[in-house]
Order: sequence, then structure tokens, then C-alpha cells
Amino acid sequence: MSGSAFDLPDTTVTFILLVPLAGAGLALINTGLGRSRSAAQLMMASLCVVSIAALAYFVCGFAFQGMPDQPAHWLTVGGKPWSWLADGHLFLHHVALDGSPASLAALLGMASAGLAALIPLGAGADRWRLGACSISTIVLAGWTYPLFAHWTWGGGWLAQLGSNYGLGHGFLDSGGASTIQAMGGLTALAIAWILGPRRGKYTRDRMPSAIPGHNAVFVLFGCVLALAGWWGLNSSGAILFNGAQPGVVARVAINTILSAASAALAAALVTHMRFGKPDASLTANGWIGGLAASSGACAFIEPFQAALIGAIAGILVTLAVEWVELRMSVDDPGGSISAHAIGGLWGVLSVGIFAGLPAPGRTGETAAPHPGQWLAQLVGIATLIGFVLPLTYGVNWLLNLTYPQRVSPEGERQGMDLHELGAGAYPDFITHSDEFTER
Amino acid sequence: MKILGFVLLVSGWAIVLTAVALLTEDTPRAAFVLAGIGVEVVGLMLLIRAHPVRRGEHE
Repeated sequence: MSGSAFDLPDTTVTFILLVPLAGAGLALINTGLGRSRSAAQLMMASLCVVSIAALAYFVCGFAFQGMPDQPAHWLTVGGKPWSWLADGHLFLHHVALDGSPASLAALLGMASAGLAALIPLGAGADRWRLGACSISTIVLAGWTYPLFAHWTWGGGWLAQLGSNYGLGHGFLDSGGASTIQAMGGLTALAIAWILGPRRGKYTRDRMPSAIPGHNAVFVLFGCVLALAGWWGLNSSGAILFNGAQPGVVARVAINTILSAASAALAAALVTHMRFGKPDASLTANGWIGGLAASSGACAFIEPFQAALIGAIAGILVTLAVEWVELRMSVDDPGGSISAHAIGGLWGVLSVGIFAGLPAPGRTGETAAPHPGQWLAQLVGIATLIGFVLPLTYGVNWLLNLTYPQRVSPEGERQGMDLHELGAGAYPDFITHSDEFTER
Repeated sequence: MKILGFVLLVSGWAIVLTAVALLTEDTPRAAFVLAGIGVEVVGLMLLIRAHPVRRGEHE
């Protein structure tokens, strides 16, 4: 495939090269919200999963994801063709690495798969073994992510809902609210369920104990870093997968920061109203939730709609953090389930509610908003919950049978740094032991 | 209960797919899609109840 047919500007590459900053931001946030005695292991795990995701995606991920109009495996359902898996070549064979759309999509996919794989690390912090998260990443980046990305971005059956069944433009996801955020967030839920909570997190009567993050500066700096990555993610996704012209980048960037800002302020306001003071970690989770939500519709909405989507995301994420911890008894130190799964799913739904415009500058078959768009988005959400969650849970459950994912009690007491790496991130610190005191 | 929860998740998704593939009228299709998502929500609730804090992890 040649780049000349699409006239993609070199700036698209620049946007893609920003995406790893989102990963750096998430790694800092996850580390800052974890315990100090697991900080080095968590940063090491972040580097490992990004590396493994890139390799797995290179080996088979892009072959399974593909691009629209490329060979694919089809099913015929009721006389309609459903593309369910790309029929590409392993190791990026036959992909012209010359700036063609396929090569740019492969580059973005490598970074995006790593980003999706970083999200569960926040839920498994302080107890997820390095080897286990590495193996889990192989499955995520080599199979689960590419499969859903094909359905969404590779011309798969979700993208075909418009042409096959008249549901709007088909399932739309501008920057990865479903493929990256909800995918990573639901995987985080599966991992948190399989691992169980950290020792000392819940009392005998199932009341959660506060285990505060060890470095709020990491967390809040990570938020700023993530913004730059999201600008790249949303902009390159809109151009590559939604046919938007490069000029749409200004709108996408404005919508992205408005969504994040509204979400953070909403979270700060909610926590201030509930607890008397704004909570730094929940505000950070709100910011990330706003970014995740922005990824769904950022190319299709007006700025005031982005602010509204972000504000709702901030409130939802703040409430979800408490609900996950109190009602579900799920220990999610990084807030990954709330910020990425809830934020991402809300972002997907927001396309159906707010997207009254085709992507600005979009050419071809774009038309007036269709009432079936919200139904297409609901089908995507149902697929994430009804297919992706059981799949990722099942795979990680099987992995847990053969290679236990949770560190031993002694390792958890000692700290992941010393137990798995032999050295801590902060050798001058004194390790506290009060979390293990029976309550 | 955990298995039943996952069965309901997948069943809800199957209802959604079936509604999209077989129904042509907007209203029944939307109703069945929403019903499928409702089944998924019930499955999620079962899964939440099936994952209590495991004994020993609070110590």
C-alpha cells in the first residue's frame, strides 16, 4: 500500500510519536499510587510490558488487526458479510514501511497496545508478579487488543454496522476509548479479581483500609505527561481511522484538554464536597478518566460538549472508585478500573449521544447524524462487556493455574522491589509494617 | 455463581448480536439490544457477588 494514495502528512508521524508520553504518564501514576516498596518493580514492569507489547504486536498483532480494505476472514450472517479477523502477514511482512497508512497504523498500534497493557498494572500494583504480567501482556497485545482493534479500526464487523445494518456510521471510536481504555480497564478488573486484594487492605468485616499512594508528585506530574500523549493518540487516531484531515487536530486537542480539565475539576469539587478537602489521587483519576472519555468523540463534537463529557466522566470516575473499593471489594490501587473502564465506556457512549457532526474535514460518505449511531455504540459496549471481559478473564485465569500471578505472602510482606528485583527504589527509606497488623 | 455470571455475560452479547443480525425494525432491535445489555449487567452483578474478599487476604 502506498502513502501517496492517501496524502497523509508527515505531521501524523509526529502525533504518533507523542503517544509513548501517555504510557510514561500512566507508569508514573501507577507507581505513585502504589507502595514505596514496590515502586521500582512497578516501573520495571511498565518498561517490560511496553517492550513485550511492541514485540507481540510486531509478530502477530498487526496481522490480526489489519486495515480497512485489506484481506480479512469473513463470516456471512443473514446475507451480510462480517469481517472478524484480518488476514495479514506476520512480522509486518508486505507492509510498506514508507509512511503509508498501514505503516502508520502499525506504529500507532505498537504504542497503543503498550498503553493498553500498562493499564492493568495499576490494578495489580504491589502484588502482580513481573513474569505473570509479562505473559499476560503477550496475550493482550498479540490477540485481544488486535482482535477488537480490527473490529473497530480495521474495517471489522463493528465498523460495518453502518453499511450492513444502517446503524449510523457504524461503531465509532476516534482515539481508542474502547480499543485502548475500556480494553485495558476491563483487563484490569479481571486481573484485580484474579489476584485478590493486597494483604491488609480489608479488615475482617470487609471494610477497606486506606493505603495511600506513596508519591503524589509522581501522580500529578504523570497526569500532565499523559495529556501530551493523549493529544498524539486522539489526533493520530482521528486522522488514521476516521478519515479526518490534519486540520482537525486543533479541534481534537482542544476537546481533549477541555475534557480532562473539566473531569479533574469535577473530581476535585466532588471530593471537596464529600470529604471537606479536594483529594489529589481522585482528582488525578478524574483527569485520566476525562482523557479516556475524550478519546471516543473528540473528533466529532464541539468544545462545550467535550467539557460536558469530561465533567460527567470526572463525577463518574470519582464515584466509581469508591464503589469498586467498597461495594465490589476490589482492590485497585491505581484506580485503573474506574478511570479507564468507566471513563472509556462513557466515552464510547458519548459518541452516540453527542456526536452531531461528521469528523470535521472528513470526506466521502459522511452524512448527517443518524439516530442509529447510539445503537451502534451500545453494540460496541455490549461487546466489550460480554466478549472482551470473559475472554481476558478466562485467559488470565488459565495463566494463573499454570503460573501463579500473585506474589507469595512473604514477597508481598517484603515488598515487590526486594523480592523480585533485589533492590528497592528508595534504599534510604524504612519499610513500614503497620499494614500487616491485624485489625 | 461465577460461571453463571460469565454465561450471562456471553448470553447478553449473543442477544445483542442476534438482534442486530435478525431484526430490521428500529424499535424491536433497540429493545433487544437493551435487553441484552441488561442480561450482561445481571451477569456482572453475579460476578461481583462471586468474588468476595478471600479468606486470609485480610491478614
